[in-house]
Amino acid sequence: MSETAMASTQTTEPRPGNELLVDVRGVDKVFTRGSETVHVLGGLDLQIPKGEFLALMGPSGSGKSTLLNLVGGLDRPTEGSVTVGGQRIDKLSDRKLAGWRARHVGLVFQFYNLMPVLSARKNVELPLLLTKLSGKERRKRAELALEIVGLSHRLNHYPRQLSGGEQQRTGIARAIVTDPTLLLCDEPTGDLDRKSGDEILDLLQALNTEQGKTIIMVTHDQRAADRATRTLHLDKGRLSSEPQA
Amino acid sequence: MKYLSLILGNLRRHKLRTALTLLSIIVAFLLFGYLAAIRSAFLAGIDVAGEDRLITRNKVSLINLMPMAHQAEINRVEGVDFATHNTWFGGIYQEPSNFFAQIVVVPEQYLELYPELELSDEDRQRWLETRTGVMIGKVLAERFDWKIGDKIPIMNPLWALKGGDRNWTFDVAAIYDAREQGIDTSQMFIRFDYFDEARQWGQGQVGWYVVRVDEPDRAGEIAAAIDAVFANSPDETKTEPEGAWYQGFANQVGNIGFIITAIVSAVFFTILLVAGNTMAYSVRERIGELAVLKAVGFTDGAVLGLVLGEALVITAIGGLIGLGLAWLLVAAGDPTNGAMPVFFISVRDLLLGGVLILALAFIAGIFPARTAQRLQVADALRR
Ligand SMILES: Nc1ncnc2c1ncn2[C@@H]1O[C@H](COP(=O)(O)OP(=O)(O)O)[C@@H](O)[C@H]1O
Ligand SMILES: [Mg+2]
Repeated sequence: MSETAMASTQTTEPRPGNELLVDVRGVDKVFTRGSETVHVLGGLDLQIPKGEFLALMGPSGSGKSTLLNLVGGLDRPTEGSVTVGGQRIDKLSDRKLAGWRARHVGLVFQFYNLMPVLSARKNVELPLLLTKLSGKERRKRAELALEIVGLSHRLNHYPRQLSGGEQQRTGIARAIVTDPTLLLCDEPTGDLDRKSGDEILDLLQALNTEQGKTIIMVTHDQRAADRATRTLHLDKGRLSSEPQA
Repeated sequence: MKYLSLILGNLRRHKLRTALTLLSIIVAFLLFGYLAAIRSAFLAGIDVAGEDRLITRNKVSLINLMPMAHQAEINRVEGVDFATHNTWFGGIYQEPSNFFAQIVVVPEQYLELYPELELSDEDRQRWLETRTGVMIGKVLAERFDWKIGDKIPIMNPLWALKGGDRNWTFDVAAIYDAREQGIDTSQMFIRFDYFDEARQWGQGQVGWYVVRVDEPDRAGEIAAAIDAVFANSPDETKTEPEGAWYQGFANQVGNIGFIITAIVSAVFFTILLVAGNTMAYSVRERIGELAVLKAVGFTDGAVLGLVLGEALVITAIGGLIGLGLAWLLVAAGDPTNGAMPVFFISVRDLLLGGVLILALAFIAGIFPARTAQRLQVADALRR
């Protein structure tokens, strides 16, 4: 697949007709650190239909992670609303929000964020501990998730015994083990060499096309963004389809 | 239970630190268990003191004798069931370090007053038939390997035989056991009829009276009535409940209960700092991991529980090992090789140990656990 061919498939607007999964409206996000206030997002709107693979680009510090956190229910907007799958998540209590995250989103981090004291299988099982599944069932599902990411031969390895790429696959397995509709990936290839990065992107793409996962991926890498179905640029608190000069 | 691998994993993270913390907790609980046994040895009698028993002694002091004639007068006091007298023999078997209590009693009366002593009919009969016979406790018999029929030579600096000889000889006629834990089986009981006839001086004089009352609720009133009978006589009395009498004995050695409580408290305070420090570090160094747990959907409460659970696992492992070792050590025998009247860890002290485990876990874990609970996910993920 050539990069230009990939890029040409991208659209700048949400594909019409598809059901809306993420609906961010009029969102402001202001951080206060002591007397200092940082205005990160201002009046931001974002609509993502189900099944989209969205790449989010933008300069460092532009608020990409902040936006991802809002959509993933890890943080709340100062103003505006965040609706995911028809549910207003910014209004949920901390407790309800935690439960919502467990059921509806999978998170993939730049530095994998695995538990060093747990094996790959136990790491992947972690989100399942919050469900009512039996130990046997949890184990089965964790192994299946690791199989999907191609790590069946690394079940009992600890993170320190895995390469960066393998750790990130484990991170992706953990994100998909609960079968969430939405995957949020914050610079998933940012810490990987090109080959491992490409493999991770192949995997994300497959999850998008074959399993219908809706994916938002933050990246600095145009090549990574080219794998997505749409790319948006965040700058000065606003989203646009073209990078600003 | 499904969180156990997470908890155990965290404890394995710094094996040396976990081992050292565990070791200090083990030592603390070992000390707690062992000192609890020593404490019950010193306070022996108080716990098992009969509620319906009073002790009447000479008002001047524990060692002043009283006339035997008091017995009949005490028996006449309203509310008294009956009284019997005891006398301290105070002899030495071979050497002073072999100390054990020897008490002169009227056998039938004594056994009637202390039904908690277990004695076969055969032994009882033998003792009643042997004037020079003694009844000894099971622990005492084991200590010196005495059997029924053995002759026991006892040198007595207090009481001489007629003619001035201080070397008494007794025959082991009976061996008693205890019907419940905590009862002293390290004593020797000598027959009063033989003693009174054989001693060189003091005929008709006895040490103290054990008085059984009809209604324990009225014990204080009856004690006052007994003392009133002898008020202004040459041999005034002081009557108190049996428990207070044993407490008085224990207090002669010092306030053992207080000393031991003070030591244990100091040790546990130190352990609290050690365990608290371990937990605080354990949480501080994995803020990021705790944030990830929250990110994947663990609630604030679950994270709080996880940290408290970790504290509980480490204190429970350490505490149970410590208590177990103390139990083994105590079961192996008392440190004086039998001079302690009783030596065991009571169920109450074991339960107290369990409560201490929970309390230690909670106090050491709650502050780090609260920190973990309050962690803001988005914020903590940035660190
Ligand atoms: N919890 C926070 N407290 C204060 N400032 C924050 C916090 N989170 C993010 N910021 C600030 O918001 C801005 C955007 O951060 P971020 O979303 O991480 O940017 P990006 O991911 O695009 O590099 C930065 O200036 C950052 O310092
Ligand atoms: Mg970022």
